[in-house]
Amino acid sequence: MRLLPCGPQAVLAEYDSLAEVMAVSDGLRVAALPGVIDVVPAARTVLVHHNGVDRAALEALLQPTDQAPRPVGPLVEIPVVYDGADLAEVASATGMSADEVVDMHSSTTFSAAFLGFTPGWAYLVGLPLPLHLPRRSTPRTSVPAGSVAIANEFSGVYPTTSPGGWHLLGHTIVPMFDPSRAKPALVVAGDQVRFVPA
Amino acid sequence: MIEIINQGIGSSFQDLGRVGYKHLGVGRSGAADRPSHGLANRLVGNPESMAAIESCGGLCVRLHRHATVVVTGARGTIDVRHGPPMAVNGSAHLPAGAEVTLRSPDEGLRYYLAVRGGFDVPPVLGSCSLDTLAGIGPRLSSGDRFGIGPDPNTPLSADLGIRPPLSTLIHMSEGPRRDWFTDEAWSLLTTQGFVVSASSNRVGARLTGPLLERRHNRELPSEGLVEGAIEVPPDGQPIVMLADCPVTGGYPVIAVVDRDHLPWVAQARPGTTLRFRHSGG
Repeated sequence: MRLLPCGPQAVLAEYDSLAEVMAVSDGLRVAALPGVIDVVPAARTVLVHHNGVDRAALEALLQPTDQAPRPVGPLVEIPVVYDGADLAEVASATGMSADEVVDMHSSTTFSAAFLGFTPGWAYLVGLPLPLHLPRRSTPRTSVPAGSVAIANEFSGVYPTTSPGGWHLLGHTIVPMFDPSRAKPALVVAGDQVRFVPA
Repeated sequence: MIEIINQGIGSSFQDLGRVGYKHLGVGRSGAADRPSHGLANRLVGNPESMAAIESCGGLCVRLHRHATVVVTGARGTIDVRHGPPMAVNGSAHLPAGAEVTLRSPDEGLRYYLAVRGGFDVPPVLGSCSLDTLAGIGPRLSSGDRFGIGPDPNTPLSADLGIRPPLSTLIHMSEGPRRDWFTDEAWSLLTTQGFVVSASSNRVGARLTGPLLERRHNRELPSEGLVEGAIEVPPDGQPIVMLADCPVTGGYPVIAVVDRDHLPWVAQARPGTTLRFRHSGG
């Protein structure tokens, strides 16, 4: 673990694995250290926003620990039409047919590691290794809301139309974020997610 | 009741923002220049958490009942029809029918218009702020009418509304990815001027200046962003993250602007040259 400077009201800690990130951010949430405003886990880092905090206590909580496996959250099923603009490209890059890509993606049970970027954007882990591809070299300036996509070790759904560099496999009509719902984000950290061909 | 006759440029309701929703991917948003927003509320006797209208000028509102109104933030001419004259940082008791227009600012970029009692707008996730990046929060358009809240029964603040002049010398400290950049890049950042570009908005102040070069071209996995972070995309032109910045970003952060100096960045008009100094923090 490496502590990185991030101004007087935040601490950024960097880890070797997403598993460490998850363990530390779960621990921080449970500990609810006074002064901590927000905890933002990401692929290899945990950012802690605070307004004055016991530095020693915070640093102790930021140490990676051997942890019990995460409690398994509820299963969210997301219907998908696999008509993505990058499906053929992903198939050729992975040496599979488009149908095999769809089968692999839709037979995986993903787990929501963390949310970031924009409201409701859940980074889903569990993507089978053959589908791990770097982001597109040139991001699209506009990706339609509801696009189901993959990049690196993650799958995700674009909650709103936004720029993006992920590979598009298909789309869903289920809104990922709606602030008027009791549960604004369809998927929260810890939830299990399956994509169901529609 | 207050009516928006002309929404003007970049006008939106803003308060202290959404705190504690970053785990849903929802950023803070809120007034880009918090001290000016707070001052506006104090000058009309409101709690500092109330929403005011942030505007880059051109905003015109008509009162349908008498109200105490103030404008803070940017310096510029305020035109009042059917009411007593107003100046920035001075509250005025306006009669029903008065119309207030904020001219394009002469100095600074963002005005805050507050009304005693506050605006009756529905909060979304605990805040009335429009997050322009996330598209969350109440909108404000020409023709809209909003209620004015009950009188807070507080004395008007004795605050004189005197603010330090806007500065273009911005203090900052090293950011998490300072070591991704060459020493020359750091030296350029801390000695040269950077001009605020016209493509700046509430998400970030985009700067043009000498290229800030990286030591290598690795891809950074997305990581949490703080307001004030100076992010450097591959084109080497820095962006200072403002109120509507996303929860996570994918470009390395070379430095972080001091909280106290961030309002000056938010008030810097396109064409302004900013200089950055290490605050030792």
